[in-house]
Amino acid sequence: MWPAKDPEEPERMTELVQRRPERFFADRFNVTPSVMERLLGSALKGRVDDADIYLEYRVNEELVLEEGTVKKASRHVSQGAGVRAQAGTRTGYAHTDDISLTNLEEAARQARAIADRASASGVLAVPSRRSHDLYTLAESPTLADLTRKLKLLRLVDAEARAADPRVRQVIASVSSEEVVMLIATASGFAIGDVRPLTRLNVTVIAEDGAKREIGAHGGGGRVALDYFEEQERWRRFAREAARQATLKLSAVDAPAGTTTVVLGPGWPGILLHEAIGHGLEGDFNRKGTSAFAGRLGQKVASELVTVVDDGTLPNRRGSLNVDDEGTPTGRTVLIEHGILRGYMQDRLNSRLMGMTPTGNGRRESYAHPPMPRMTNTFMLAGEEPPEDIIRSVKSGLYAVAFGGGQVDITSGKFVFSASEAYLIEDGRVGAPVKGATLIGNGPDALTRVSRVGHDLELDEGIGTCGKDGQSVPVGVGLPTIRIDGMTVGGTQV
Amino acid sequence: MRDLDTDVLVAVLRRAAARGATAADGFLVEDRHFSATVRLGDVETVTHARDQRLSLRVFAGRASAAASTSDLSPASLERVVDEATALARVTAEDPHAGLPEPGDLVDRLPELDLEDAGGHELSPEEKIDLARRTEAAALEMDPRITNSEGAEFSDRHARYAYATSSGFVKSYATSSFSLSASPVAGQNGDMQRDYWYSAARKRSRLDDPASIGKTAARRALRRLGGRKVKTVEVPVIFDPENAASLLRSLAGAASGPALYRRASFLLDRLGSRIASAGVTVVDDGLLPGALGSRPFDGEGLATRRTVLVNEGVLESYLLDSYSGRKLGMRSTHHAARDGAGVTVSTTNLMLLPGPASPEELIASVEDGLYVTELIGFGVNGVTGDYSRGAAGIWIEGGKLTYPVEEVTVAGNLLEMFAAVDGVANDLVLRDRTASPTLKIRRMVVAGN
Repeated sequence: MWPAKDPEEPERMTELVQRRPERFFADRFNVTPSVMERLLGSALKGRVDDADIYLEYRVNEELVLEEGTVKKASRHVSQGAGVRAQAGTRTGYAHTDDISLTNLEEAARQARAIADRASASGVLAVPSRRSHDLYTLAESPTLADLTRKLKLLRLVDAEARAADPRVRQVIASVSSEEVVMLIATASGFAIGDVRPLTRLNVTVIAEDGAKREIGAHGGGGRVALDYFEEQERWRRFAREAARQATLKLSAVDAPAGTTTVVLGPGWPGILLHEAIGHGLEGDFNRKGTSAFAGRLGQKVASELVTVVDDGTLPNRRGSLNVDDEGTPTGRTVLIEHGILRGYMQDRLNSRLMGMTPTGNGRRESYAHPPMPRMTNTFMLAGEEPPEDIIRSVKSGLYAVAFGGGQVDITSGKFVFSASEAYLIEDGRVGAPVKGATLIGNGPDALTRVSRVGHDLELDEGIGTCGKDGQSVPVGVGLPTIRIDGMTVGGTQV
Repeated sequence: MRDLDTDVLVAVLRRAAARGATAADGFLVEDRHFSATVRLGDVETVTHARDQRLSLRVFAGRASAAASTSDLSPASLERVVDEATALARVTAEDPHAGLPEPGDLVDRLPELDLEDAGGHELSPEEKIDLARRTEAAALEMDPRITNSEGAEFSDRHARYAYATSSGFVKSYATSSFSLSASPVAGQNGDMQRDYWYSAARKRSRLDDPASIGKTAARRALRRLGGRKVKTVEVPVIFDPENAASLLRSLAGAASGPALYRRASFLLDRLGSRIASAGVTVVDDGLLPGALGSRPFDGEGLATRRTVLVNEGVLESYLLDSYSGRKLGMRSTHHAARDGAGVTVSTTNLMLLPGPASPEELIASVEDGLYVTELIGFGVNGVTGDYSRGAAGIWIEGGKLTYPVEEVTVAGNLLEMFAAVDGVANDLVLRDRTASPTLKIRRMVVAGN
């Protein structure tokens, strides 16, 4: 489904692939990659295994429509620098929102105070892959004309209200962001990136007598505002939110207990994110605190299951040209035909585990040290028509839309909450049921996958993942799958 | 820490007026933050930080917009004002928009004892040592504590200033300190992690590192050997930490923005019974030295003590001035600032204690679940429908027996609060939201 990558070629890493971030920080703060490298060299040489300086400038803009008009608009600017020094398993991190040479020197002094003895194995990985060009846009979404955004929101509002007379409230927002980053590392390469991100969100409250329900839909990615106008995506988002809210007005109580579950394509891929994704991040495996630690090469899923994490999909919300440590992103096979094949790594954990960085070192902002995180995580398509999968179930639950999920990485227990689900009765989709949480055990859940559809879809671009208090945008994807035996947390005993 | 430069704030408001804003207010936050994590006895991460942010809200008549920046240089501040006023020109008129009446703003700030300047003066080594001692206590507790996600010390020293175009300027400072540990217990291939912490505005009020570490270890150990149970409808007892999460959901539904958007299960319920008579919920922002206390809210209105639920009856919503006007009510002084403008937040939110001991509540249950952990986001704030992942301990014959995991607890928040038939006497304000142990007559526990 995805175009094959060019053969990987090393390149001169002192050269910036993107010229713009370099000029941006030089013009604005008088900080150039050579200044950064000098700072890293003089302050940190011989005392650390790895070190880097990360500069970031971020603009966010959000317009919110409620009660038919846009009454809320906001724009935020953040800038700052993070300096990191590492020795062995130790990390010193200092950040400041005042980017000046004096502050960077002070931050470097604070960061290195902790990392004062390099270990013997201080061989640093220099990225061997080329960085990508996945989201160069004609116009940054933060610079798009405000009147266009206002018009988009008004269209969404009218569409959602027209969809059903029971629609009582529509809250729609368009948020856009641009991040300019530049990183210089002690191993002598500097690289920058400009990252657009935009999202259109629609929430609908529907009422019928005393009953009231909520529906939400949205999407976006590293795309320009045009994206929502193309194929009239805005219209689909508005209708979906209204449909979900009105559908739930007639939902019955969800069953409680263990049953067969069919997950629809796309966003239900949050299952993978929670059930196995976090458990396959390098840090928990290096520390031995993941339920998957030490299980490389072992069978952890049914042989129908192949799962990858791919940060290189053009314009996707979870994609990056380079991660936040300067490593170009890649496509990492996590599970191949049921066998655990790989972890997602940042520089620290790959160095300590003797593995290769996979381009998964991410951070929320300059104010946070990077750690292994997912990008776009999805299961590859199988061969079955989705209708056949539903038809194969005598009695169960068909879940097509979800809210959030969470995992206890150590015990492996995870949950994710359905926001649109139906009973399956005798192979047919039946009555809609109220939202229910599904709970499972990571190392066990995917062994119960008995059918995989040919209908892989990625989500619309709404995911945000939280770990240790840091939020980053991510994507997920899934074909229709059948899981034999999952606990559904309904109220109908 | 030097005094906050409120001149910057005043200058920004003046510029907004020059640019045509009819009114404006601004919030300035400046903080220093330090954290150290130790894992298996060695330092893992040490973070030093200094942050500042100025957020501005401007009104052009009845239209408004917000902007913020972490760059306080004159050029950047000019840009913020220009951007905010430009945004305000495209937003629609809103008859309910506007600042609170100047006469309503706080006059004299209460003495809340929120700062401990001396408490921050420990050296990084001493701070690291506190984390190390916390983790060590957990690791030494039992041979089945086999691993660790580390222990952390953190402190934050912050100053806040608020100013309005009507001439109000006030500021205050806060300190906060926290110490926590996340040990991992292992036995027969089973691995369980848990957590315990202490947080305070005075460093001297932090719990002893050894007691935090030991509690964390005990919590991890008691989860070993957890199993699923059969799906059943039984009494459910929430421990204080997890009972507090029910209060957070209640507060979310009582907040002005959720109400005027009709996205709340408490809509039109003011003055009516929403919980059993044993439930009284208070939000008190004036408790000296407490983590949720503040001298004024995000719009300069004096902090208060608000009775949210009195013996089961919903007595107040949580409102800022805007949501108050929308609902035809007055602000309850619960405005909070976030980047996007003004929102609503609680201060110190508590469910007041009842007469029973937690042991008595447990003893009253023949067959049921004692919940010690909840995961997931399965709470529908519009309907109150509730379904979350849980772990805990099974109660049999009035006694805690074996650990339970991989189950869900489900119900509806309105029905759950109505079914509270036991409130214990163990309220401790450990955090901004706190509850005693709570017993709910019946919920569905889903498992096998």
